[in-house]
Amino acid sequence: MLLISCPYCGARPELEFSHGGEAHIARPADPSAVSDEAWAGYLYHRSNPRGLHIERWRHTHGCGRFFNCVRDTVSDEILATYRAGEAPPDLTTLVSSSSSPTPPSTAPEAQPAHSPKATP
Amino acid sequence: MRYSALQLIKQAFKAHQDWPEQWRSPEPKARYDVIIVGAGGHGLATAYYLASEHGVRNVAVLDKGWLGGGNTGRNTTIIRSNYLWEESAALYDHAVKLWGDLSQALNYNVMYSPRGVMMLAHNVHDVQVAQRHVHANRLAGVDNAWLGPEAAKAFCDPLNISNNIRYPVMGAALQRRGGVARHDAVAWGYARAASALGVDIIENCAVTGIDRDAHGAVSGVQTAKGPIAAAKVGVVAAGHTSVLMDMAGVSMPLESYPLQALVSEPVKPIFPCVVMSNTVHAYISQSDKGELVIGAGTDAYTSYAQTGGLHITQHTLDAICELFPMFRRMRMLRNWGGIVDVTPDRSPILAKTPVSGLYVNCGWGTGGFKATPGSGHVFAHTIARDEPHAINAPFTIERFRTGRLIDEAAAAAVAH
Amino acid sequence: MSNAYRSREGGRIDRRQRLTFTFDGKPYRGYAGDTLASALLANGVHLVGRSFKYHRPRGILAAGPEEPNALVDVSRGEARSTPNLRATQVELYEGLNARSQNRWPTLARDAGAINDTMSPMFAAGFYYKTFMGPRFLGGAKAWTRVFEPVIRRAAGLGKAPSGPDPDRYAVRHAHCDVLVVGAGPAGLAAATAAAATGARVILCDEQHEVGGSLLSERLAFIDRVPALDHVAAQREALARAPNVTILTRTTAFGAFAQNYFGLLQRLTDHLPAPAAGAARERLWQVRAKQVVLATGALERPLVFPDNDRPGIMLAGAGYTYLERYGVRPGQRAVIVGAHDTIYRAALAHHAAGIDIAAILDLRPQPEGPLVTQARQAGLRIDGASTITGTKGRLRVAKVMAGRIDDDGSVANVEQFACDHVLMSAGWTPAVHLFSQARGKLTFDAARQMFLPHTGEGATPGVHAIQCAGACHGVSALDSVIEDGYRAGDTASQRAGRGGRSSSRASAPPPSRSHVEHAPPAGGGMLGAAPHNRNAARVKAFVDFQNDVTAKDIKLATQEGFRSIEHVKRYTTTGMATDQGKTSNMHALAIAAAALGKPLPEVGLTTFRQPYTPISFGAMAGYARGNLFDPVRMTPIHPWAAKRGAVFEDVGNWKRARYFPQGAEDMHAAVARECRITRARVGMFDASTLGKIEVVGPDATRFMDLIYTNAWAKLGLERCRYGVMLNEAGFIMDDGVVARLAEDRFHVTTTTGGAPRVLAHMEDYLQTEFPDWKVWLTSTTEQWAVIALNGPHARAVLQAVAPGLDLSPQRLPHMGATSGAVAGIEARIFRVSFTGELGFEVNVPADYGQHVWEALWAACEAEDGVAYGTEAMHVMRAEKGYIIVGQETDGTVTPDDVGLGWAIGKAKADFVGKRSLTRPDIVKPDRKQLVGLMPADEAITLEEGAQVTESASPEVGSAALGHVTSSYWSEAMGRPIALGLVSAGRAREGTTVHVPMPDGSIAVTVTAPQFYDREGDRLHG
Repeated sequence: MLLISCPYCGARPELEFSHGGEAHIARPADPSAVSDEAWAGYLYHRSNPRGLHIERWRHTHGCGRFFNCVRDTVSDEILATYRAGEAPPDLTTLVSSSSSPTPPSTAPEAQPAHSPKATP
Repeated sequence: MRYSALQLIKQAFKAHQDWPEQWRSPEPKARYDVIIVGAGGHGLATAYYLASEHGVRNVAVLDKGWLGGGNTGRNTTIIRSNYLWEESAALYDHAVKLWGDLSQALNYNVMYSPRGVMMLAHNVHDVQVAQRHVHANRLAGVDNAWLGPEAAKAFCDPLNISNNIRYPVMGAALQRRGGVARHDAVAWGYARAASALGVDIIENCAVTGIDRDAHGAVSGVQTAKGPIAAAKVGVVAAGHTSVLMDMAGVSMPLESYPLQALVSEPVKPIFPCVVMSNTVHAYISQSDKGELVIGAGTDAYTSYAQTGGLHITQHTLDAICELFPMFRRMRMLRNWGGIVDVTPDRSPILAKTPVSGLYVNCGWGTGGFKATPGSGHVFAHTIARDEPHAINAPFTIERFRTGRLIDEAAAAAVAH
Repeated sequence: MSNAYRSREGGRIDRRQRLTFTFDGKPYRGYAGDTLASALLANGVHLVGRSFKYHRPRGILAAGPEEPNALVDVSRGEARSTPNLRATQVELYEGLNARSQNRWPTLARDAGAINDTMSPMFAAGFYYKTFMGPRFLGGAKAWTRVFEPVIRRAAGLGKAPSGPDPDRYAVRHAHCDVLVVGAGPAGLAAATAAAATGARVILCDEQHEVGGSLLSERLAFIDRVPALDHVAAQREALARAPNVTILTRTTAFGAFAQNYFGLLQRLTDHLPAPAAGAARERLWQVRAKQVVLATGALERPLVFPDNDRPGIMLAGAGYTYLERYGVRPGQRAVIVGAHDTIYRAALAHHAAGIDIAAILDLRPQPEGPLVTQARQAGLRIDGASTITGTKGRLRVAKVMAGRIDDDGSVANVEQFACDHVLMSAGWTPAVHLFSQARGKLTFDAARQMFLPHTGEGATPGVHAIQCAGACHGVSALDSVIEDGYRAGDTASQRAGRGGRSSSRASAPPPSRSHVEHAPPAGGGMLGAAPHNRNAARVKAFVDFQNDVTAKDIKLATQEGFRSIEHVKRYTTTGMATDQGKTSNMHALAIAAAALGKPLPEVGLTTFRQPYTPISFGAMAGYARGNLFDPVRMTPIHPWAAKRGAVFEDVGNWKRARYFPQGAEDMHAAVARECRITRARVGMFDASTLGKIEVVGPDATRFMDLIYTNAWAKLGLERCRYGVMLNEAGFIMDDGVVARLAEDRFHVTTTTGGAPRVLAHMEDYLQTEFPDWKVWLTSTTEQWAVIALNGPHARAVLQAVAPGLDLSPQRLPHMGATSGAVAGIEARIFRVSFTGELGFEVNVPADYGQHVWEALWAACEAEDGVAYGTEAMHVMRAEKGYIIVGQETDGTVTPDDVGLGWAIGKAKADFVGKRSLTRPDIVKPDRKQLVGLMPADEAITLEEGAQVTESASPEVGSAALGHVTSSYWSEAMGRPIALGLVSAGRAREGTTVHVPMPDGSIAVTVTAPQFYDREGDRLHG
């Protein structure tokens, strides 16, 4: 069970979240203007990388918010999470920092068991 | 050397010292007519049928690891063809027909055991969906019968059909020709047969690039053992397909998910068939060795790590204990994970690609093993003739552009 | 039977507590503190099981979790029998009832033993080469008809319980700073160091008391006191510490991402009479900031011919039985091995008065303090010697000793009579959990062991894991303890709890601690011992349980299996219930030797959880019956239950399907409910409908995006049927939406669809249009919804809401209003899913039952009925209203089901719009919703039945479509059906066919509405 750090609520178990697929795939501003190929690309084609993957999660059973996450799909190590709308962090610096023997301190007991349901 | 009971006895007297290698382990040649990337069941079957049915014997099967080391050796070996859409039913039933005498064709006992696959219904909607399958399958010529709870219990005694469970069993769809087989033997059997026909199987030879000529057509591959030329390359790499196709600049409508399975300690025969339940998320059979073989759906997130979360396994066993309360004292011996490549409509892609000479066979999701012989058979045809077999013609990449999906998941069929 | 083989004194058994137990029905005696294995040995019982394939007689090999042979069934009655338990881990209790397995008729005389004499046939993988015929047995069918059943019966070990398990299982989640796995010397030290810093510590160990290897060390000293006294002191100190949790009988079975560990605690299996209702096991799921693995090492047997006879056991195990359990494994021992461990065993046995025939050491010149001691004790030591074979049917009686020449050849020199043999090839660090956590293992060629790769270059998965003691190759007791302190200290430091500075003050690492002549951890030998027998004939076992011999592994390599994964799968070595704890390293070494490759190149099989098997029940925990999945019930559920409603599961919901009266079956009840609703009035609990409040300045804009419909022109207090697509253009959900204010919509969804729809809406709102001012609130649980349908619906509602103007002028079809119903402020929508005059009354859920009962009184006064989902389905079908999930299946567009009118043509965009213009979505032959009328009015079509052009379609021909809904229509006085049929609308009036097993049914294609097509009744 992954431990995922919601940018709004802090570290929570995977069970509180839903995976939202690859991040930073913008819906065409004017869908009617794009070709069938481009539209299929938006609908279905994903990078599915072996390595760093930038993906969306939603804290469904917490604050309900979508946010983005950088995860290594080989080790499942989560290198960063950040709010929707923010630019992704620089991946090269992330990788170098990830091999430090002390992982980002995650103190589950530091937060209340459940964050109040945030009304966006 | 041909395998037989007589041969076995003969070799027993020679203390088994004359058994030859089951397949050669050659160094790669500079050029092949066809290179298959991925030495799993589907890839090896493709090579075998290329050689045996299309006379294409100058074939290499490359794998970054050991043959059959991927999903072929990690799955729960369920075989069935009672899919909803006629395209799917035709594809999977083509495989089931080949399973019938595969052991004899390969002269390798793959232990195909058509002991029946029973898919449970737990609510009115399940019943409607299951009966729709039964009707559609009858028209498609695929055996699939509807059983009431008592009939289901009669077919599988350990099944709990009482009302004391959260989702009582309201009936089941049974495909009697469905069953299981010995997964490793399928890879080894195809490898041995293909190798005997001249196919080079080259293990520990990761493909690092796909070469294309001036016209953009495929000209070969770059590998850990150097470049290898070939006019045709077939990618059959399951979870790793996206990564490989990317080398040829082809993006795929695929995502790779962890799929877990587990076995219990071996016990004397207690479970006669295969039982699957989509609603409570579990499937189970008993191996010839006596282990209960159990699986369920994928983890929630894409991953190439061949493990998954404990909570997924727990939920699977929740379901097993609900359906078979006498198994609560059984013990999990081993829990493992594989990587499955999933398409948006949960149906495979078996097709030519935008790149001339490049072919792809992927997207089997959680259900690839059952299709192994059929998949290899029609994919070999597609590569040899440079045009799809009628059976795999609908399974293109283009369908995601045109909208002609073959959506087993949406039709609430069990996706495994 | 007396404990003839029990030493006078010593051991950690309680000699005042005598226990009686049975094995295969025969009564025996043991003591509290015994395991089943130690008690059996004390009674001189060595034969305890039969092997998997050859059914060879087998004894007790080990004293712990690595035991491959001594598997028994322990039964507390049919439903409470547990197969395949290791006798070495079963704690003895009064009345324990154990049975041997995989034998018939008896353990001593087992018919299956025939396999052993036929064993030349049964080489590795033999079954892949035969059983493929012959024709007279059915050719391809011979396998399933003849051979497989025989093989299946022969395989398997114990018997699965035949009755439902009555026991309970518990689950617990925990967080801690430091999880210490293993309470041996290293683990205790680590826990002590960590605890002293104030860190929250969980210390777990699979045995029933802490101490680990020290429990067998009478002669060990720590800080000048006997080690076991030191252990006791440490245990008490830890038990007193408020920040420490000690879990004994608790196996850490799995290591998952980010230091998430699975622990299985056994709570009652050791008790003679567990309290009723007491949980049998508890699954702990621990998230630890830091983990210390102090999992020790496992001893390897020696691979020599016939090394599997009862009476042949691991030297370390023999030592443990003697020192910890006061058990004498026999009277005359031969001791063989390639590691100093054998000398400790020899000395201990000698001291206990057991005759040592000889110590056969494979090493040419055995040296060192232990060897010297053994010599001084007058024990015979033969260097460069080994065992080339053994004799004895049900117990070893004789061994052949051979001398190994410099060229490696072996010559028999002597035979020794004996009743037991102690062997050791050395120790293998228990790296299972480290590897599960994705830690890399590196091979230490000098010491012949795989060790955890920590520190520089370690994989991310193990950054927060420390190893301590034998599990990473540290051996001497004082170093082990120092290592434990270091690990515990580093762990608490990294967990942010200070470090050495604070811990030194309270718990200085002991200065002088040692075991008398502790053997080194490393060394020994990997692979098969040399011998002078026909290598192709003898059986030198590597994997005891699965009967895998050295020659099987050589055969696999000869047949071209080059990776250890292949060798494992072909020979089944390491795949038994011990998962290769004693065999994997030997198998690897034998394969490597046969392939002429360095051992690491052949690879190491992946370690997978669980470390030792864990019960399904513990994994399932509380998730049984209604706790398997939450049950959702409406506020009106109790009322319906009292009226004898038959419920159906819809998602998590329980919905009343119909309300049978007297002896009515479903058909009769539904017919009555439909008839009375259409003639008078019916009440329906629609509370399960999903509800979402969409509010904000941009609400209309948002609704325009999410739904196909256009919302701008929808007036206040007006309702509209809305259709929602996914981005692929397929119908995802539908429902009536009421506009309560300019900026406020009351959205309803299907029962099953509510969470999916809300997530879908939030997705677009949060990630595509975050600047839009819209707020979404799920109100499904906040509103109870009561639907009133039928000509008398208004009268019923009016009776309970006298103050409301319900006139068609004030509240026309698709109108909305609010006001008091039965004294409760309600939202009232004039909508209908039956085609009758209809109202939906929404009241706060807590008042649902109150309002329902008030309305019910009025309804009864009008001779109305309560109807369930089945009648609802029938009545909506009569009107041709679709049900998402029944008429649609995720591949259906609005136009397919005749909802083209619901698409806002003028809208530039909405979710799914773009997909509707894709080539295959605009094809004329798409399946379209139609009515299907069987010519024969006695026939009700089967839902899911296929629709074809021809009356006798060829097998494999494509269907035109299928029947989506089919019912007996009370209103029409005949059966009706809806279906999706290719180009269906163009086929109206034509005949198509529904092929059934017993012939085709001719049906007429009609419009998908049957009842009151003009819709007059709606507007009444």
